[in-house]
Amino acid sequence: MKISLVYGLIFFLIALSSSVNAADDPLEFTNPAQEQRYTVLIEGLRCLVCQNQSLADSNADLAQDLRQEVYRLLIEGDNNEDIIKYLVARYGDFVLYRPPFKSTTYLLWLAPVIFLIIGICITILLIRKQQFHALNEEEQEVADQILNEDLLGNKK
Amino acid sequence: MLQKLAPLLIFIVLVVFLGIGLTLDPREIPSPLINKPMPVFSLLQLKESDKTLSSTDFLNEVSLFNVWASWCVACRSEHPVLLDLSRTGVVNIYGLNYKDKREEALRWLDYYGDPYTKSAHDLNGKLGIDFGVYGVPETFIIDHKGIIRYKHIGPITEDILKNKLLPIIEQLKAVGL
Repeated sequence: MKISLVYGLIFFLIALSSSVNAADDPLEFTNPAQEQRYTVLIEGLRCLVCQNQSLADSNADLAQDLRQEVYRLLIEGDNNEDIIKYLVARYGDFVLYRPPFKSTTYLLWLAPVIFLIIGICITILLIRKQQFHALNEEEQEVADQILNEDLLGNKK
Repeated sequence: MLQKLAPLLIFIVLVVFLGIGLTLDPREIPSPLINKPMPVFSLLQLKESDKTLSSTDFLNEVSLFNVWASWCVACRSEHPVLLDLSRTGVVNIYGLNYKDKREEALRWLDYYGDPYTKSAHDLNGKLGIDFGVYGVPETFIIDHKGIIRYKHIGPITEDILKNKLLPIIEQLKAVGL
């Protein structure tokens, strides 16, 4: 009796959660390529409310609205650049996960290269410091002596 | 000498950068609409639902365009500041009622007071998208030519009004004369 009540409750909660998730009505596309474009677009656009989620991932109200906008523009026949331009005009480059290469983003794009170059320079400097200088006669003798001894110090 | 100090120097540089990072608010995304004409629109008003508020209403004077909703908790905190401002008559305040039911919005205005000359009713949030709204409340300063000059994200406090918004408004008014 109790167990059936628990099961009932579980089913109720599952039903409830799926109805919550179904906030977006299923979308209809004229062809699979269009659906593919839609998916790629919303995965490449960032939600402004939960900033580390794409429009595809986010449950935020705004993300839902923006998904709808992307869908509407797509159905109306806009190409991908037009749709992206539409969103950038309103929300700025921030909506793009892949920001354009321009004056405000030079540092962002070039920083990895700059750090790599700095790293290579430091490595070269350190290696140069460690380079051996040629031994003079006296040093060579001492070295030979050491090399000719075995671990216990006995001459070979 | 330098070699011994290097870790310390690197540490100091890191601390400075992380310190700067802490003072920035990642929620404040610069709007691309600044210094551009406001989107052309015409929406039904909230109170007089047979009349419209349109972008041409903003011409010839400096105005605030405040995005608000009855479901927005932070709007309540900035509301007294807007009410005080509307009483001084320094600047026209238009409202953009964002994704709100008309009855609830009207009840909210009845209860807390209405600082807006007119409010537009943006039920589906379409105009909000055109203005790049992503977090309510947001406030735009629009000059006498209908150009967006400033955007404030988040609730307006008295301090922000006095030290940020009012100087800009005064400056724009001086230019507009």
